[in-house]
Parts: sequence; structure tokens; C-alpha cells
Amino acid sequence: MAATERDEISGQATTGHEWDGIKELDNPLPRWWLMIMYACIVWSVVYWVLYPAWPLVSGYTKGVFGYSSRAELAADIAAANDARKIFADRIAEADMATIQADPKLMEFALAGGKSAFGDNCAGCHGSAAQGGKGYPNLSDDDWLWGGSLEAIQATIKYGIRSGHDETRESEMPAFGRDDLLEKEQITQVAQYALSLSGKATDAVAVNRGAPIYAEQCVDCHGKKGEGNREFGAPSLADAIWLFGNDPKSVEAIVTNSRKGVMPHWQGRLPDTTIKQLAIFIHALGGGE
Amino acid sequence: MITEQVRTDRAAFGELLSLPVAALIIAIGVAEILATSDAVMTFHAGVLILAAGAAGLWLLMRRMGGKAGEHEAGYNHAVVRAGVIASMFWGLAGFLVGDVIAWQLAYPVLNFDLPWTNFGRLRPLHTSAVIFAFGGNVLIATSFFAVQRTCRTRLAGHMAPWFVFWGYQLFIVLAATGYVLGVTQSKEYAEPEWYVDLWLTVVWVVYLLVFLCTLFKRKEPHIYVANWFFLAFIVTVAMLHLINNVTIPVSWTGTKSYIYWSGVQDAMTQWWYGHNAVGFFLTAGFLGIMYYFVPKRVERPVYSYRLSIVHFWALIFTYIWAGPHHLFYTALPDWAQTLGMTFSIILWMPSWGGMINGLMTLSGAWDKLRTDPVVRMLVVSVAFYGMSTFEGPLMSIKAVNSLSHYTDWTIGHVHSGALGWVGFVSFGALYCLTPWLWQRARLYSLRLVEWHFWISTLGILLYITAMWVSGILQGLMWRAYDSLGFLEYSFIETVEAMHPFYIIRAIGGGLFVIGSLIMAYNLWRTARGDEAVETIQHPESASAAALAKLPAE
Repeated sequence: MAATERDEISGQATTGHEWDGIKELDNPLPRWWLMIMYACIVWSVVYWVLYPAWPLVSGYTKGVFGYSSRAELAADIAAANDARKIFADRIAEADMATIQADPKLMEFALAGGKSAFGDNCAGCHGSAAQGGKGYPNLSDDDWLWGGSLEAIQATIKYGIRSGHDETRESEMPAFGRDDLLEKEQITQVAQYALSLSGKATDAVAVNRGAPIYAEQCVDCHGKKGEGNREFGAPSLADAIWLFGNDPKSVEAIVTNSRKGVMPHWQGRLPDTTIKQLAIFIHALGGGE
Repeated sequence: MITEQVRTDRAAFGELLSLPVAALIIAIGVAEILATSDAVMTFHAGVLILAAGAAGLWLLMRRMGGKAGEHEAGYNHAVVRAGVIASMFWGLAGFLVGDVIAWQLAYPVLNFDLPWTNFGRLRPLHTSAVIFAFGGNVLIATSFFAVQRTCRTRLAGHMAPWFVFWGYQLFIVLAATGYVLGVTQSKEYAEPEWYVDLWLTVVWVVYLLVFLCTLFKRKEPHIYVANWFFLAFIVTVAMLHLINNVTIPVSWTGTKSYIYWSGVQDAMTQWWYGHNAVGFFLTAGFLGIMYYFVPKRVERPVYSYRLSIVHFWALIFTYIWAGPHHLFYTALPDWAQTLGMTFSIILWMPSWGGMINGLMTLSGAWDKLRTDPVVRMLVVSVAFYGMSTFEGPLMSIKAVNSLSHYTDWTIGHVHSGALGWVGFVSFGALYCLTPWLWQRARLYSLRLVEWHFWISTLGILLYITAMWVSGILQGLMWRAYDSLGFLEYSFIETVEAMHPFYIIRAIGGGLFVIGSLIMAYNLWRTARGDEAVETIQHPESASAAALAKLPAE
């Protein structure tokens, strides 16, 4: 190679190579750069000694600390449970009345219920338990299966049409689909049902629907449409309609029926959490 | 010594050989259509037939017109020109879809309740469009350009580079239409189904061969550093693609397949792939671009040859280990998590080697940062590269990751790399290439480059700062406990808290889209040969005159 070429501006030697006009300077590795890289490597080697790091034929190097992320998680969960143990144990043992009578326990139960509600129930019932189409509002006093603490607790525990042995279960006939009523009759009975809350739009149909209602609906929904919690039959006399109170929506229900499903939480959430959830929901405003 | 006549004869022979290949592809397409009952497969086979038919027809017409084997003398610039156009086109498409899904996250009603416009389908459309369609085309174009010029020889092959270019566009179309129609492997950044993967494999092998053959017939004694990076990118992406896509099709006539790997091994393979797609596609490949275009544009020597060697090998060796940092606190064994974390930390300096070499190449020419907005774009890209490659190792520390993982912080991190580094270095390269390739004295307007630079930079800053705040807020809310030991916030409350940041992010993304539209206009006017009246002094190095022709062989 010829005499070393030097870059005019920096005075640094080039490597003598050139590609498409691009040259390279022969600068050394920046010292700080090299030092930090070495430091990172040293740090890593130390880390490998302390923690699980390298796979072996069977197993792996366990590290001086004997660390395991599973053990760490188990310890974290145990610590969290321990911190709540005093209250959680008392809630597990106490009956609902006792809990309600103890402000400290109530505070704990409400906090736990709120937390559990947000992550398990809000998806359907809404973050403020306000409900939505097909999902009941839990903050009002209109209850399908009962609004006492015990009833709410049972609903959460066993679910609705959930497949659990103790599940709440009922079925409204699909009057149209199964040819129990003519199309015209369905319109009439729907009008009658709407008339119970003053929402009917066709007075003639209401009159014709009355006998059909008396024959087909009254057993579950009651004479005045007051509903029946034993079957989860909603009241038809109030302004709260889970699937809408326009004639079309009501006719659709009479035709095809509706079967809302809520999963059972027994086995998914601890019993104490279910208890706290019941207390929380009961206290939202509509508890009985 | 090869004469132009011999070259033309060989090229004509290559064109002749390509005809039966096109016929074979058409036959495969027809067979699929006859055998399949899968609507998307029928559609994709139709696209395949159309593509091969168009190629065959074009070749036939050349033959009949007596133009077989005809090609421009000297360097193969035609395929690079095509690559520049494709890059700009897919770039605009990919950025736009990205901003659409950013608005969807802020306002879910924009999903329109249609399967084809759903976030779940548009998100892979965005990621694939920007990484593979935009980034891939930029890489193919710049590597084809740089390799022939730094090897002082014409790009190898006559049909092969064009097959790589068009074959790659076909891959993009098959992948993208598949996503929208609901065909996906559900592996992040590897969504295309088995038959699209097979097609990409064929294209990629030809790409590798073109690159290797060009290196092989080089007229320079040494291989330039940019080419090391390009080659590492091509070889490693081939390996990653093959191993992560080991699938068993349910049927040869259906789109659906199942991955051979299962459970945590599948997860590990996926993130070994996913992380090295970042490492070798978005880092090594684009470092190749930097190593050619930065010294070329600023007309200064590369800062340190030694640094380039050491950081190249350190980067290549270290990156491949870092994948497990995507799977901290999962079923992945602790030892693998440790290796992922420690190698991510070791990766810090090897990554920064590229930044140092890029920035220090400006020494003696720092004034160009002020006078040439294209240089500024390239330099800021290197700065973003430095920032993301510091942030990456930081987020790979398990304690930090336990806060940052699954949050928007990750999205912000990715985009500071993607918009800042990959985007800007690509824009810089395209601003250099367009006047060179279309033989223009200069860009249409440097003032528009200024506008592009500032609008996009503002967009990126809005994007990443919004995601930092949102991500850290999200992480803190997830782990917040109340005084009684219960989780403070439900998931939906954290989503609500993200809302304002999602709007800021979408605005930032919108600015980035606007910037790229300005760029597309500027490049189009440049290619047409227009020159805006400007007081700014255009750098001489940027003109086509500075580009030496291929010396006689």
C-alpha cells in the first residue's frame, strides 16, 4: 500500500479503501464506548452467577440466589392475602347481618366488592353498574331474581342459566317460533303488555290482547304485570325494559323468547369475594 | 471481459427461460382455482394468475418486438427507480392506515362494525405495510443501489432483480388482501398464511442470490460495511422467516394452516423472530442505508472503520439472543428470561456503535446540519436510533419491564424507532436517490424538505410523548392498590384514562402522514425535472452530476 492517506480536515489517517467515493477514517474505538460495553458484559456475568441463566443437558444453572419467578409470584400473592387476612377471615365467617352491622367490615367488603366488580362484572353490567341492553342495571331497585343480600349472593354464586347445578333457571316460551300464537295475536298481546305501563299504541289490539295475556302470560308475569321473581319474570308494569319497550322489540320477545345468561362465579371467585360483591351491589342503591 | 452483446444475449436467454416459469405459475394458479372451495384462495390464485400472466405477456411482447434482452448500459438503475416509487406508495398507504387505527383506538365507532374495517384486521395491515411494504421496498431499492455502486459492478442478473421487485409486490398484495379478508396465522409480524410465506421464500432466495452474485463479481478489493449489514439482514431474515413459519396446511387447497411449534416454544420462536425482525430488518438493514447515504450526502469519510467492524459483529452476535425480553414473567423458563435480559443490556453499546459512526461522520461538516435539511433528516434519524436503542435495553430490565410491558410505552418505543429512525433514514435516502436516479441536478424544493422535516418531527414528538405518559400511567394504574389491599382501578378505568393520549397520538400520526404527502409531492416534481425558485443553496453532492457512471469493464 502507498503511504498512509490523511483526511485533510481531521488529520486522521484513512484506511486507504474507497467505495463509490466513500472513505473510512482509521479512528480507534471510543474508549468510553468500550468501557461501557465491558461493564455491561461484567454486569451480565455477575447476574448469571446470581440468577438462573444457562441451560444444561437436563435443568439449568440455578444461580446463587436460588431465584424463581414462580416462587416470587407465590410469595407476592401470599403477602397480599396475609395483608387482607384479618378482615377476609372475619368476612368469610360472619353472616351478612353481622357484616352490615360492623362499619369496619362494611368498609372492607365494599372496597373488595368494588374492585372485584370492576374486573369481573363491569364488562356486561357497565363500570357504574348501569347496565345496558340485555344487561340489567344493578343500581336501581328493579330486580329480576330478588334484591335481598341473600338473593344477590345466590345469583352471583350460581349464575343464571349457567349450567351450575343450583343455577337460576326459567324459560319463556317462544310463542311465535313454536307456533303457539298467530302473528296477529302476538301483536295484540304485545300491545296489551305495553298497556300495563301505559305505552300501548293501538287500543283495539290492547282489548284483543287481554284474553291472550290472561291465558298465556299471567302465570309468570302476574295479573297486573307485576312479574315474579321466582321465575325471574320481569315486571311489565314499570318503565324498565331490558330489551326495549317499543312494539317491535316486545313482539320479538314474544315471538322468539329471551334467555339471558350470566355465568356462575362459584369456583372462579373465592366465596368471600362473592360475599363482598353481593354487599357492594346491594349497597349501590337498590338493595332490599 | 464481457461485451454488451454477450450481456444482451444472456439477458434474452433469461427472458426466454422465464416464460415457462410464468406458465408453470399460471398452471399452479389454475389448479388451485379448480380444486379449492375457499373463496380467498380462489381470489389469491386469481391474483397469482394475473401477475404471472402479465409478466409472461410483457416478455412475449418484448420478444416479438425484437427487444429481448434489451437493457440500459452501466448500473441497473431502473429497478431502483421502481423501488423508490413503490417505497413512497406503500409508505403513504401504511402511514395512513396507521393513523386510521390510531383514531379507531380513540373513537371505536370508527371500526364501522364491519369485519374488513375492524381494528383487528387493519392493525396487521398497518404493521405489515410500514415494515414490510415500505421498509422492505426501501431496503431492496437502497441495497440494490448501494451494492452495485460500492462493488463498482452492475447488479447481477437481468430478470432476477425484477423478479425480486415484482415478486415482493405480489407478496405484499397477497398478504394485505388476506388480512382484510380475515386470513391470518395470528403471529405478530408473521401474519401471512403458508402459501404467501412460500412465495416470499422464493422471492427472498432470489434476492439473496442477486446480492451475493453482485458481491462476488465486485471490482473492489474489499466489501463495504453497508453491504455487510445488508447481507446480514437478508440472510438472517431468511432464517427467521423459515423457522417461525413452520406450518402444516390443513389442505393444499385451503388458506388455513397450523404452526408446528406449540405452547411456550411457539411463543419463544415467535419472539425470537419478532425481536430479530426488529434487529435485522429494521436495524441491520437500515444501518446499511445509513452507512451508504450519510457519508455520501455529507461527503465525509466514515468516522471509524474499526468501530464499524466491532459494532457489526457485536450487534449481529448479541441481537439474536434478546428475544426472550418480550416474554418476561410468563411461562418462559427463568434461565431464558435471564439470558434475554442480559443480552439486551449487552446490546446497548453495539447498537450505539452505529450511532457514533453515523453522527461522527459529520465531524468537519456539522454546518450541513444547518444548510441541508436532508442531512438533518439523516442525522435526526441516527439520534432517534440512539434514543430507541437506549430505551430498548432499559425496558429489557425485568423490573422496568414489569411496569412497561403490555402498556402503550411499548408502542411509543416502537414508534420512536419506526418513525424516527427507520422512517427518517428512509426519507433521507429517498431524497438522495430521486435526483440521482432520474438524472436531475437537484431536488425540486429543499424548502419542502424543511416543512416535511419539521412537521414530521413534531408529529413523532407528539406521538412518543403521548405514549410515554399514557403507558406509564397505564402501568401504574394496573398495579395500584388501595389502602385495604384491593386493586384501585378496573381495566376499563385505565382505558378511559388513555383516551386523551390516544387523541394526541392520532394527531401526531396525522402530522407524520402530512409530512410524507409533502415528500411524495416533492419527489414527484423532482422526477419530472421541475425546480422550484428558491434562495436556499442546494448542495452539489446531491446532484446527479456527482454520481459517476459505471466505468468501462
